Amino acid sequence: MPEDTNIEKKPRIGVFICHCGSNIGGFVDVKAVTEYASTLPDVVYATDNLYTCAEDGLNNIKESIKEHNLDRVVVSSCTPRTHAPLFQRTCEAAGVNKYMFTFVNIREHCSWVHMKEKEKATQKAKDLVRMGVARARFLEPQEETKIDVTPAALVVGGGVAGMTAALSLANMGFPVHLVEKEKELGGFVKNLHGLMMTKKSANEAIQPLIDKVNAQKNITQYVNSHVATVEGFIGNYDVSIGTEGSESKEVKVGAIIVATGAIPLVPEGLFGYKEHPNVVTSMEFEELCNKKEIPKLKSVAFIQCAGARGQKVSYCSRICCNVAIKTAINIAENRDNMLGATEEKAEAEAGQVVEEPAAEMKAEDEGLERRRRRRGRGRREADEAADEGGAPSSGVEITVFNRDVMAYGVEHELEFNKAREKRVKFIRYLPDNLPKVSTKDGKLEVGYFHETLKMERTMPVDMVILSTPLVSQPDAATLSQLLKVPLGQDGFFQEAHVKLRPVDFATDGVYVCGTCRGPADIAEAASQASAAASRAAIPLANGYVQAEALTSRVDETKCTGCGTCVEVCPYGALRKNDDGISEVIVAACKGCGCCGATCPEGAITMTHYTDQQLLAEAKAALEEV
Amino acid sequence: MSSATPNAGGEHKLEQEDFEPRILVFCCNWCSYAGADLAGVSRLQMPPHFRVIRVMCSARVDPEFVLRAFQKGADGVLVAGCHPADCHYIGGNYRTRRRIALLRILLQQFGFDPGRLKLEWISAGEGERFQKTIVEFTDVVNELGPSPVRGGD
Repeated sequence: MPEDTNIEKKPRIGVFICHCGSNIGGFVDVKAVTEYASTLPDVVYATDNLYTCAEDGLNNIKESIKEHNLDRVVVSSCTPRTHAPLFQRTCEAAGVNKYMFTFVNIREHCSWVHMKEKEKATQKAKDLVRMGVARARFLEPQEETKIDVTPAALVVGGGVAGMTAALSLANMGFPVHLVEKEKELGGFVKNLHGLMMTKKSANEAIQPLIDKVNAQKNITQYVNSHVATVEGFIGNYDVSIGTEGSESKEVKVGAIIVATGAIPLVPEGLFGYKEHPNVVTSMEFEELCNKKEIPKLKSVAFIQCAGARGQKVSYCSRICCNVAIKTAINIAENRDNMLGATEEKAEAEAGQVVEEPAAEMKAEDEGLERRRRRRGRGRREADEAADEGGAPSSGVEITVFNRDVMAYGVEHELEFNKAREKRVKFIRYLPDNLPKVSTKDGKLEVGYFHETLKMERTMPVDMVILSTPLVSQPDAATLSQLLKVPLGQDGFFQEAHVKLRPVDFATDGVYVCGTCRGPADIAEAASQASAAASRAAIPLANGYVQAEALTSRVDETKCTGCGTCVEVCPYGALRKNDDGISEVIVAACKGCGCCGATCPEGAITMTHYTDQQLLAEAKAALEEV
Repeated sequence: MSSATPNAGGEHKLEQEDFEPRILVFCCNWCSYAGADLAGVSRLQMPPHFRVIRVMCSARVDPEFVLRAFQKGADGVLVAGCHPADCHYIGGNYRTRRRIALLRILLQQFGFDPGRLKLEWISAGEGERFQKTIVEFTDVVNELGPSPVRGGD
């Protein structure tokens, strides 16, 4: 246990206790707590403020530091998660190292949760302040180290996200190593047939991006390649890139962007997949379109959420509704003669009918048409026309079986309405009553429960398109281990914070974008890529990073070189030196403290969270008063 | 029955009148501490017997800290970390899970009821879970009575 003799110089602690208006003051007797604080060992000054975080509260801290020659500060108020940086800056401004500051939370953890027991809340606040002061007595000033950064980046994955990120960094002037495991750039998108809301083929749409990457001299491309090993930490990564049929290449980079993409789920055993050749996934349908191998279709059914949302995976894959809407519109419009291109009759038929609505549209004011479409009136009129015996516009019956249509945002909603205008039927199913795909006399049919009519129906179809979700790359786990970054429950890379840090990893120096962090459409992947590139550019442009002084520290006299800490460190921040003794790579250490808790010799402790500090806090909490 | 909370735990059966349990809670900075903060922001009322110590990761909780706490008279120790697969430090919580499982066995050998040591996963968004955990654990410790170190059994 910590003894007072361990404190070399007598500490001079100042304690500032906040009323937070009535947030604390209304439920805790702040005056009594302040009086108590002034009696604690090494406290030379204790005061209360109405709002410690307000200008006069902060000035009070600064003035008191000077006046009472304080060398450490305890603020007892709200939560360190929001206010620690503010008070630390205040301490530094008055010449007290920011690591000589301790936060005591008497609002979230006390006054707000014990609002009906003022006496006990006050006692608890006193205990918490005593714990904070006990910790403060053992604080030590820390120096934050500056680490040089190699101004180059590695981008893993040459799809839309990877290319966008690489281009963005290269245009800023940083050398970029772009690693693609396939034989050419383009990723998932290059295998698609058409894209939503553009008349171009997928290949045409991404070719300009590929051309730009090819023309950018700062980008070194490695195709048929993979990341073999990664050593190091932010600013200083040594990466070995393995390329099929040639020697691996070593590069040095300061930042890494992960953009490895995703793959569509293969719906083994679902909805008659593989049992009938005309049951295909939406990805396979794109390929058939590319090869112009679509049979002549009279009736086609989409089944949404095939394998998603509680079947094989738990999540909504975000893009499949819009993909189905896009494909349905393309089929309805017979775009690029995607259906039975060789059959002239079909072509002529389709050509005629597609012209008609376009001609109608011209007659009307465009704004009116948009408004009408949003209200769905256009669809109703079209429905009525069809009910009067009019055929669906393309001559193809298109049905989308869905749980609910996730056509989010302005554009997607318009496309959804457009599909409905094209006589695409959207039929809802419930998760406990999935549509069933079967064959009757060799012909495909879909059985479903009609939720409005409350009856079982059967629909003969020529083709079933299964909208399967995007799933993580099978080799994501390998890369996650190499880079020491986490995967979430679904196998996608997990960002540092879902809302506030969406393209960072918790590990500094590694960033993520595109579908490897979860399903996203092209525009979303591109925005994430730009974001990741700009995040990665911060250390690269600064040329250095400042490491927080929360790291582990090895007492070389106690270490026996057993190596347990090296094994447990999730960041590879410990290694054995030439004497076989553990040493800390300060820049790589994130300060979790796992090694400290593991060390059987008690040779490792954490700066700013030392055994001594934590034990003092625990002991103070349990003292009889 | 003065130590029972009037508004959170409902009826308590106390072994001893005026028993004020001392409960130490180790919260990891990223999930559980934030969960505790959220409980506060949401004004979720709970018994006032727990004292939170912030650590960066639940894996920082050296078994020694827990044993020392019991030695110094803690009636219960709660270690709270991020949910599995959610650890800010990749997998610290898995190590915590193993350590606590072993520690409970060890505690029993030292004559402590293993129920006095609890591990719980509480995310930054789970203020209610934090409250529920504190209420339930306080109940358990109340039921067990004072720790052997403080003269209980």
